[in-house]
Amino acid sequence: MSSSETSSFDLIVIGAGPGGYVCAFRAAQLGLKVALVEKRATLGGTCLNVGCIPSKALLHSSEHLAWAKHHAAEHGIKFGSVELDLAAFLKRKDDVVTKLVGGVSQLAKARKITVVTGAASFVAANTVAVGEQKLTAKNIVIATGSAPVELPFMKFDGKTVVSSDHAIAFDSIPKKLVVVGGGAIGLELGSVWSRLGSEVTIVEFLPKIAAGYDNDIVRNFTRILQKQGLKIEVGAKVTGFANGVLTAERGTEKLTFPADKVLVSVGRRPFTDGLGLDKAGVQLDDKQRIKVDAHLKTSAPGVWAIGDVVAGPMLAHKAEEDGVAVAEWIAGKAGHVNWDLVPAIVYTNPEVASVGLGEDAAKAAGRAVNVGKFNFAANGRAISAGATDGYVKLIADAKTDKILGAQILGHNAGELISEVVTHMEYGGSAEDLARTIHAHPTMSESVKEAALAVSKSALHAM
Amino acid sequence: MPLLEVKIPPMGESIASGILAKWHVADGAIVKKDQPLFELETDKITSEGTAASAGKISLKAEAGAEVKIGAVVATIDSDAAASASESKPSAPAAAAAKEATPSPAVRRLAAETNVDPASVAGTGKAGRVTKGDMLAAADKPVAASASEPKPSAAPAPAPKAAAPAPTGARQTRKKMSPLRAKIAQRLVSAQHEAAMLTTFNEVDMSAVMALRAKYQDDFVKKHGLKLGFMSFFTKAVVHALREVPAVNAQLDGDSIVENHYYDISMAVSTEKGLMVPVIRGCDTLGMAEIEKAIGDVAKRAREGKITLDDLSGGVFTITNGGIFGSMLSTPIINPPQSAILGLHAINERPVALNGQVVIRPMMYLALSYDHRIVDGKEAVTFLVKVKQAIEDPTRLVIGI
Repeated sequence: MSSSETSSFDLIVIGAGPGGYVCAFRAAQLGLKVALVEKRATLGGTCLNVGCIPSKALLHSSEHLAWAKHHAAEHGIKFGSVELDLAAFLKRKDDVVTKLVGGVSQLAKARKITVVTGAASFVAANTVAVGEQKLTAKNIVIATGSAPVELPFMKFDGKTVVSSDHAIAFDSIPKKLVVVGGGAIGLELGSVWSRLGSEVTIVEFLPKIAAGYDNDIVRNFTRILQKQGLKIEVGAKVTGFANGVLTAERGTEKLTFPADKVLVSVGRRPFTDGLGLDKAGVQLDDKQRIKVDAHLKTSAPGVWAIGDVVAGPMLAHKAEEDGVAVAEWIAGKAGHVNWDLVPAIVYTNPEVASVGLGEDAAKAAGRAVNVGKFNFAANGRAISAGATDGYVKLIADAKTDKILGAQILGHNAGELISEVVTHMEYGGSAEDLARTIHAHPTMSESVKEAALAVSKSALHAM
Repeated sequence: MPLLEVKIPPMGESIASGILAKWHVADGAIVKKDQPLFELETDKITSEGTAASAGKISLKAEAGAEVKIGAVVATIDSDAAASASESKPSAPAAAAAKEATPSPAVRRLAAETNVDPASVAGTGKAGRVTKGDMLAAADKPVAASASEPKPSAAPAPAPKAAAPAPTGARQTRKKMSPLRAKIAQRLVSAQHEAAMLTTFNEVDMSAVMALRAKYQDDFVKKHGLKLGFMSFFTKAVVHALREVPAVNAQLDGDSIVENHYYDISMAVSTEKGLMVPVIRGCDTLGMAEIEKAIGDVAKRAREGKITLDDLSGGVFTITNGGIFGSMLSTPIINPPQSAILGLHAINERPVALNGQVVIRPMMYLALSYDHRIVDGKEAVTFLVKVKQAIEDPTRLVIGI
C-alpha cells in the first residue's frame, strides 16, 4: 500500500492481541474487508509476545527443572546432577513465541487481512492515521489492550525495578527477587524464578494473595507455595525502594526486603495512549477505560472497543469472545458473550481456577447454596501422578441445584474448569454434571465427585 | 399432512408467559373451529385459547404448566377432522430446544415426577429445560384429579418431603392459584418498592346525595342508568389531578414521568381476585358515560371477559371498600402509579357545623401515595381538592 493515500475498509481493528486479531479473523470469515493495525513488529499483542504464552513456556520449563531436582527420585529416577542452561531455557521460550506469532501472521495473510504495522491514531471517528497512511472504515474496533501499572514512587527502570515484560527475560538469575503484587502475574513469574533458584518474596497489599478466590482456596494455595519456598507477605504496603532494599509497612510495623530485582505486578491499566480518542469522540469512564454499551459500542458511532481497554476482567479469552461478538454484530449477525462465565486461572503448580460465583461471594450475597468439595488426594490418577495437592469445589443453588460457580486448586485446574463452564453455559445442575460419564482414571473424576458431593453423595469420600 | 400449531397468543408487551390453567379438551379429541381449548392465566388476566381450525388435537403441554407467549401447546391435525381416521400425528413441529436431548437430571425428574420436559418452558440456553425448571414444574398443582401419589418410575427415594402435614378437620389446605400468587407477589412488591403512606380526610356527602335525589329520575330517563357516586368521585379526582399534577406522575428508573391524560383505574372485586380495569379519558367523559363505562368493565371483569387492554395504562386508581362496609382502610398503590384513593362507607355522624351539632352523611377518604415522588403537601392538597369538589360539586363546573 503506498503511503499518503487513503485506503478504505469495511473494518479497521487497532491492536493485534488476542482480542483484535480474533476480531479481524472473524470479520474476514464473514466476508468483510479488514485492516489490522499493530504497532509491534509481530502480531499477537501482549499475550503472545510478552504475556500468557512466554510465561507459560517458562512455567513449563521450570516445572521440569523443579521435578527433576525434587521429585524424580520419588519415581526412582536418578540424575547425575541437574543443571540449568539459562540461555537455552530463555531461547526455548523465544522459539515458542516466534512459532506462535508466525502462525498468527500466516493466518492473517491466508484470510487476506491487510496488516498495517505502526501506531494508529484517530483523525476522525471513521479515519485513523498510521504514520503517513490514512485508513478509513465504517467500523473501527479499538483493541489496544493494557500496560503494566507503574508505582509512582518506584518507576520501571527495566533493570532493577521491572514489569512482567522484563521479568520473562532476566539474563541472569536474581539472587533475591521481590514481587510486589500477589496476583496471577506475580505468582506465576515468582514461581518461575523461585524454581530457578531465586529467593522470592511476594509482597501483597491485600490480606491475601490471589484475592479473587475463596478464602479456603487461598489458604491452602498459600501454604503450598510457601512449602515450595516462596515467602509470602500479605497486608504489606510498599513504601519505596532504595539502595537495594524494598521498604513496606504493615500497620505500624516497618518491613524491609533486600532485593536484586523488584517485579512490580500490581495490575494493568487500559492502554489508550496516543490513540487520539478525543478526535473520534470516544469517551473514557472514571477508571480510564473506554466507555462502552452492552454491545461494546463506544460513544462515537461506528467505533467499538473490546478486551482490556473496556470494563471487565483483563483476560485474553474474554477479549477473544468480545472480538468475535463485535465482528458478528458488525456483520449483522447475533453475537453473544456471556460475561458472567469468564473462567480465571493462575498457572502456578498447582494451578488455581475459578468460574462464576465463589462460595464466599455467594454467602456474602445471602444466597442459599450447596457446596460440594472433593480432594485430589482421594483421586487415583492424582495419586499415580503425584499431584494430590488441592481440591475441587462446586457451588450450586440450594433450590434448583443449578451450578453457580466452581473453584479448583490442583494440577491442571485450568483444564478441569472447562467442563464446569460448559455445564454452566447450558444452565446445568450439579446433578447433570454428576450424571455425565467421566473417564477413569482421570483427574476430572474429582470434578464429578465434587458435583456428587453437592448433594452429599460423593462415592469416593465420606 | 396439515398440522396446525396451537400457540399461546401475544397478550401485550408486559406479559411474557402465563399458566396453562386448564385444558377444556382431552388429548386426541376432535375439536371444532373456534372451540375453546384452554384457559390461560397470566398475572393480569385469564383468557381462553380457541381452535383456529377443526381437527384432531394433540396436547403438548400439561395443565398447570407455565407457558411462554408463542409456545406451542398443542397441534391440530386438520386431516383427521375430515377423515376421522385414527392415524397418529407425525412428529410435531416443536421448538428446537425441545428436540435437544434433555440433560440427565431432567431425564431423571421426568421419570420420577411424570412431568414431560416438552411441556415445561425452559430457561436454559436456547430455551433448554433445566433441572430447576423441572423442579418448579413438578411443584405446580396438577389441575386434573390426581389426588393419589403417582407411582414412582424409579426405585429412588422421593426427592423431597413435599407432602403437606396432615391438617385434620380444623383446617383445609389448598395451593394458591397462580393468579392469587401473582396478586400476592405484586402487592408485597408494591409495598417494598414505594415509600408508601396514607393521608386521610372526611367528606360530607350531603350535596352529592341531594343532587342524586333531585336528578335521578331525569338521569335514568335520559341515559337508561342510575347516577351513582363513582362518577362524582371520578370527576373530582380528575379535577384534583389537574390541580396537583405531581400525583399524576410516576417513577421510571431515575426519571419522573408526568402524565397528561386522565385514564383512571377502578378496582373491581371478582371471584378470582381483584381486577383493576381502566376508564379512558375521564376528563372528556360525561357523568353518564363514566357510569356506563364503570358498569361495563365491572360486568366484564366479573365474567372473566376483560382484555389486557382494559387493564393497562391507568394513571390513578379509585377503590371503594365502602360497598363492603369499610369504615377506614389504607389502600395499596397499583404500580407504577403513584397514588390510590380509597372510598369508604357513608355513615350518618354528628358533626359540628357553624357552632351547631348536626347529623350528616359522612365518608372517610384515604389517599395512599408514593412519598418518593409525591410530597405530603401535594397529597394533602389533592385530597382536600377531592373533598371540596364532593362537598360542593359546583366547583367542578366552574373549575376551582
